[in-house]
Amino acid sequence: MLTIALSKGRIFEETLPLLAAAGIVPSENPEESRKLIIGTNREDVRLVIVRASDVPTYVQYGAADIGIAGKDVLLEHGGAGLYQPLDLNIAKCRMAVAVPEGFDYVAAVKRGARLRVATKYLNTAREHFAAKGVHVDLIKLYGSMELAPLVGLADAIVDLVSSGATLRANHLLEVEEIMQISSRLVVNQAALKMKRDRLQPLIDAFAGAIAGTTAP
Amino acid sequence: MGNRRWLLPESIEDVLPREAEHIEALRRRLLDEFSSYGYDLVMPPMLEFVESLLPGNRSDLDLRTFKLVDQISGRSMGVRADITPQAARIDAHMLNRCGVTRLCYCGSVLHTLPASFAATREPMQIGAELYGHSGLEADIEIVGLLASALSLCDIQTVRLDFGHAAIFNALIEPASLPAELGQEVFSALQGKDIPALRELLAATAEPLRSALLTLPDLQGDARVLSEAAQRLPALPAITAALSDLRRMAHSLGDLSIGFDLADLRSYNYHTGVVMAAYCAGSAGALALGGRYDGLGAAYGRGRPATGFSMDLREIARLAPNGKRRGGVLVPWPESDAVHAEVKRLRSAGERVVFALPGHEGSWRESDCDRALVLRANEWIVEPLKED
Repeated sequence: MLTIALSKGRIFEETLPLLAAAGIVPSENPEESRKLIIGTNREDVRLVIVRASDVPTYVQYGAADIGIAGKDVLLEHGGAGLYQPLDLNIAKCRMAVAVPEGFDYVAAVKRGARLRVATKYLNTAREHFAAKGVHVDLIKLYGSMELAPLVGLADAIVDLVSSGATLRANHLLEVEEIMQISSRLVVNQAALKMKRDRLQPLIDAFAGAIAGTTAP
Repeated sequence: MGNRRWLLPESIEDVLPREAEHIEALRRRLLDEFSSYGYDLVMPPMLEFVESLLPGNRSDLDLRTFKLVDQISGRSMGVRADITPQAARIDAHMLNRCGVTRLCYCGSVLHTLPASFAATREPMQIGAELYGHSGLEADIEIVGLLASALSLCDIQTVRLDFGHAAIFNALIEPASLPAELGQEVFSALQGKDIPALRELLAATAEPLRSALLTLPDLQGDARVLSEAAQRLPALPAITAALSDLRRMAHSLGDLSIGFDLADLRSYNYHTGVVMAAYCAGSAGALALGGRYDGLGAAYGRGRPATGFSMDLREIARLAPNGKRRGGVLVPWPESDAVHAEVKRLRSAGERVVFALPGHEGSWRESDCDRALVLRANEWIVEPLKED
């Protein structure tokens, strides 16, 4: 049995064509089903539907053989014990710093001021500001980061941005891109050794499908 | 609050009776096996000066080592996080043998952070090391010993995976990257993170760049070796390494083996063939090993070295634990006849448990399935019945 860990929503939708390239069709749509384990047209392949941030944990522990996780999630997790051979080029967005309109971010950084930063991505934010030489107080939030600067909880936020519409609607400005984010294929290390005969064709099919869509 | 004195720190646990017995049985079996191959048992100390525990620049091991200050010398001491450097120190400085030295050990080590997900912080490291021979024969002997150790523990569907540190070293040295970048390239290789590798190697010259980017793909069965010969530059060190791996595969007969030329364990540590053992039911490698020539130089005498080690607790978790034979419950002996019978049973290998006065009813807790009873003036052993 091969177990693939996926999260609902955008990653699931954008993974469907990749699965199809490997000849795998889920038997149900997780958006409509309450089932957490979903079968496929192949008897030896099943999907487990977990929260995006839990995908690396399931795969690392061997509860799933492979999974698809955003680079944002992998950076927070640390990636220990995982192989991450493919950038799937799906669920693309960017990790960025945003501040309220009127806040002079460049001057604050230059001054070496201690910034209060609200984010869900503590490791990424810590790394980024440490590399810039800026002291920060990190405030861990689980959602609606955009609110924090508006109510005086933080000077800046670090969050994922795709269209920027939420930022604009809340009068925030993106002042710095930290990195481009897309989803990665993650593979359990022991699974790649023990089930290579079945995993490698899947990985190759994914690689082929991406090469097909990104070829110039 | 309630009483929390029973609470143990995270990732620290007791080993309870049945499991402890299982671990101990495996420990004896493994050490006897090592001894039958001529490996001498050593017992290095729990504590040493930090600089002795951390030869070379192994920052991963440094972070994993608990440290304290020695009240006598004022120097920093560490609780060992790995026994291998201790064995290397013993070989290099204590034994001073000129020829081949074979050492084995079994003991607890402590880790500040669990080595892997859900791992214990107090693994029981058991292993064997062979010093003084730089030829592949030493690696073959060590791998053979590892395979026989795992089969002795009845661990099923084992797969041995091989890599060779010299291949990576031959590619990374001429690339002459800054040390920090070299470390990052190494980490990206361990995670087969090809997108990150591409970024890190953007400025590296060909053919080294393509060769390093190829390494993560070079994994699978023996065909990998001929593929590597075609795709990697024909540097003498690489050709020699591939021939080592071919010889290794040949020596192992019908064992299930694989190759992964990007799997290298620790940065700047291994120098030759490296191996990892996997089995069904384990999320990671259950045994790791390889050649680490030159570690002894940190202790004054560089020596060829190869070996392997594993966590006995993890092995015990994966090895089937046979059902223990129940003991014999005996009433508190009031007569010489009972004493004689108890002696006879014990010398026949039985576990004989006295039912102390007032506790006769709790025999289930003592794991007995038979009892010594008086029938027609004769003491006989009969099965205990549930009532």
